Amino acid sequence: MTDAHDTHSDPHGGELAVTGPIPDPGLPEHQWRPTDVDPAKEKRAERQVATLFGLSAVCTILFLVAYFTFDIGDDWDVVAGFGASTMALGFTLGLALMLIGVGVIHWARKLMADHEIVELRHPARSSDEDREVAVQAITDGLTESGIGRRPLIRNSLLGAVGLLGLPAVVLLRDLGPLPGDKLYHTIWGKGLEDKPMRIVRDGIWTPILASDLEIGDLVNCQPDALHNPERYDIDPLEVEGVNLQIHKSKASLILLRMNPGDIIPGKDAKGESRQNWSVDGIVAYSKICTHVGCPISLNERTTHHLLCPCHQSTFDLADSGKVVFGPAGRPLPQLPIAVDDEGYLVAQSDFDEPVGPSFWERDYYER
Amino acid sequence: MSVDVSKVASTNGMTPATAKGGKAAGAIATWADERLGLGTAMKKNIRKVFPDHWSFMLGEIALWSFVVLLLTGVFLTLWFDPSMTEIQYNGAYDPLRGVHMSSAFASTMDISFDVRGGLLMRQMHHWAAHVFIASMMIHMLRVYLTGAFRKPRELNWVIGCLLLLLGTLEGFTGYSLPDDLLSGTGVRAADGFMKASPVVGSYMSFFVFGGEFPGDSIIPRFYAVHILLIPGLLLALIAAHMLLLVYHKHTQWAGPGRTEGNVVGYPMLPVYAAKAGGFFFIVFGTIAMLGGLFSINAVWKIGPYDPSKVTAGSQPDWYMGWPDGLLRIIPAWETHIWGITLSWNVMLPILVMPPLLLMLLMALPFIESWITGDKREHHLLQRPRNAPTRTAVMVALMTFYGLSWAAGGNDIIAIKLHLSINQITYFMRGAVFIGPVIAFIITRRWCISLQRHDEGKLLHGYETGVLVRSPEGGYAEKHLPIPESKAYTLTARDDDPRPETAEEIEASGVTGRRLRLRKLRARLATVFFADNVQKPTVEELHEAQHHAEHELHELESQISAGPNRHGPAEH
Repeated sequence: MTDAHDTHSDPHGGELAVTGPIPDPGLPEHQWRPTDVDPAKEKRAERQVATLFGLSAVCTILFLVAYFTFDIGDDWDVVAGFGASTMALGFTLGLALMLIGVGVIHWARKLMADHEIVELRHPARSSDEDREVAVQAITDGLTESGIGRRPLIRNSLLGAVGLLGLPAVVLLRDLGPLPGDKLYHTIWGKGLEDKPMRIVRDGIWTPILASDLEIGDLVNCQPDALHNPERYDIDPLEVEGVNLQIHKSKASLILLRMNPGDIIPGKDAKGESRQNWSVDGIVAYSKICTHVGCPISLNERTTHHLLCPCHQSTFDLADSGKVVFGPAGRPLPQLPIAVDDEGYLVAQSDFDEPVGPSFWERDYYER
Repeated sequence: MSVDVSKVASTNGMTPATAKGGKAAGAIATWADERLGLGTAMKKNIRKVFPDHWSFMLGEIALWSFVVLLLTGVFLTLWFDPSMTEIQYNGAYDPLRGVHMSSAFASTMDISFDVRGGLLMRQMHHWAAHVFIASMMIHMLRVYLTGAFRKPRELNWVIGCLLLLLGTLEGFTGYSLPDDLLSGTGVRAADGFMKASPVVGSYMSFFVFGGEFPGDSIIPRFYAVHILLIPGLLLALIAAHMLLLVYHKHTQWAGPGRTEGNVVGYPMLPVYAAKAGGFFFIVFGTIAMLGGLFSINAVWKIGPYDPSKVTAGSQPDWYMGWPDGLLRIIPAWETHIWGITLSWNVMLPILVMPPLLLMLLMALPFIESWITGDKREHHLLQRPRNAPTRTAVMVALMTFYGLSWAAGGNDIIAIKLHLSINQITYFMRGAVFIGPVIAFIITRRWCISLQRHDEGKLLHGYETGVLVRSPEGGYAEKHLPIPESKAYTLTARDDDPRPETAEEIEASGVTGRRLRLRKLRARLATVFFADNVQKPTVEELHEAQHHAEHELHELESQISAGPNRHGPAEH
């Protein structure tokens, strides 16, 4: 046995011969199986295999029957929460396949020759002669190309090919536009002087009177402009299809009414108090988690804590949306709100910071 | 190699089978060989030997479930429309009729409710993905714990790790395609991960999504990646994986007649081909059963993606769970300095840990062979107990993985077990560090205990369960020697190398950095092999045998002389 540490004296990569204290007794003698020596057992095994294949064929027929018999579409809740068709097709197809597999393996185990064969291994490496010939071939090829003698050609080729990497990168440029200031703004800021952006209920799009909310009520909201763009002189195409999704992913809002005395007003981006950002104990916060951007949804009514269902960051809506638990690094952005002439809740302005997950240049933000 | 078929079932025939119409087949074979030279390649490989063991089947499960993925995946592409154009759903599923959704979601609904067998194929595709990734992981554990990754198979280990990475990415892009609320939330989180990347984060997000999240490009782009790019890479790497397997020949367990220099087993044709081919049908059938009987990813109950909505208990598919768990338990670390934002709370668990762990995994064979200095080829597998440190390293990694994964379900654990989510999270923060250490120590000692047990069996025989009473009234259990073939199997292993001592290194004359490195290596090797039990020597075996015989003889003579004559029979 070669010394494991002495790799230099073992240039062949080492074929390992284990020398044990007990000599190798060699392969055990082959034992004939009952099916090898008893023709009755052999016949029986043959019948078993054929029966398995036959049953598989039956299942395939049943699969076809199920395909044409069961209607789908109107029985989507019949069995175990999904259609009878799916269940019957899966069961018959699965059985048809499995029976073939079991049959073939049964055949192999009972009837095919079960002699073990010994094959010799060879080291993975090539022989020394082969290596020499290979090295010689490479050397000959390189010498004939003259790549070593002509550095000018070699270097200019390397430079040219290297430069070709640039188009491969540059071509990807039009995958998307540059971020610009898009991450810094939401549609909340698009209210007009005389028509500030109304806060409406998500889904039913109705404006909200401050008096509609009781203490402890939480409402998922959207800006009115997403449903009613003309009112704010916004092009309807701006809030359709993909644009609607983009706006929602930033503007989604949570309203919560609490006892006004519970609110600890924080400071805004300019360091001024957020005293007048709420209306009669109603506060508005971004629904988008500052961790990785999930919409936050779980409200603890008694503590005015809000929990993100994705990674359990918990925010205190009475205390400027401060993180009280979990991985989020920043408070939820607060939206300053007021009431308009008709008594409906409106946004005073846009958020004073970017909503959603953090990004590298986030703090360059200036309003 | 010819085989004695004198008694083999007559259905196999004594002479080579000639199929009916053999002339035509022969003509085709000749035609093909004259153009492709198949004869030479087949001569070597048709009867190639594959050793048999249940654990060698795990990789096969992965291979066959990949085939099922290709078949069911092609079916799904015939109807799936990878577009984010908003349309109104008008299909068969009543509760969602009239709802606005992306074409991707609507066509997923159509596959589920308007195409016969469509839901079956969707569910089979998803189940097969689970089976694919799970079997790759278990196969990887088998390869690692039995030392099958050692020279000359290190590169195949690396390829395997890449397959696991690609399989995971394939799974993520795949389950995101239906554009349902749950997977959309996952994509939203992925957007957050990208934005957290240093310097280029928001640019990356805008390029990947074709603008601001969610945009209308991500599903078509994922589709291209999911059905073309990654499957192409997977196919190429699987082909390389299999070619290397054939070239290296499969590893085998030690046993009588099974050495480092040979491979013992059944020939590819017929036995291995039949077993492996039959197994394909069993895997396929099992997945069809799963797809037909067990609902998976019922997107119609979740609904289409809406960036303002989320479901409680949002979780990715299980194989993405462990980074998600780390993401949940990491403290809220975020640095704001010089106007830049560094989100450690996202970078560490998502951008740093998974790539780091993958690189560690790929490096394991090289780290081990550097420490042990073992550069020889190995074809006999090692039992996990005979490499205690290696086994303990993997169990420590598994513990880390398992705890992180459990942390990814901290909300579910809290609800089901009525525990505080805060306390679970605090516990996990400590457990992911302490758990692997404890697991390492326990596993290592456990392995060494098992080695000692093996040594006991070799030297003192096995416990027969036969109690004998001596005339003095003392009881003893009779031990009998284990059969020769078993004793051989237990001893057919390599002795651990003796690490270099500090003096030997000094004496070799190396200096400076190389000296320090070699000393470090020797120290690590000492720790690596510490307390391992080596196989007994010939002398030790002889002495033990002699001693056992003597003891047995003494016991029996005492019994036959004593009043109790109902002792054990002659041996």
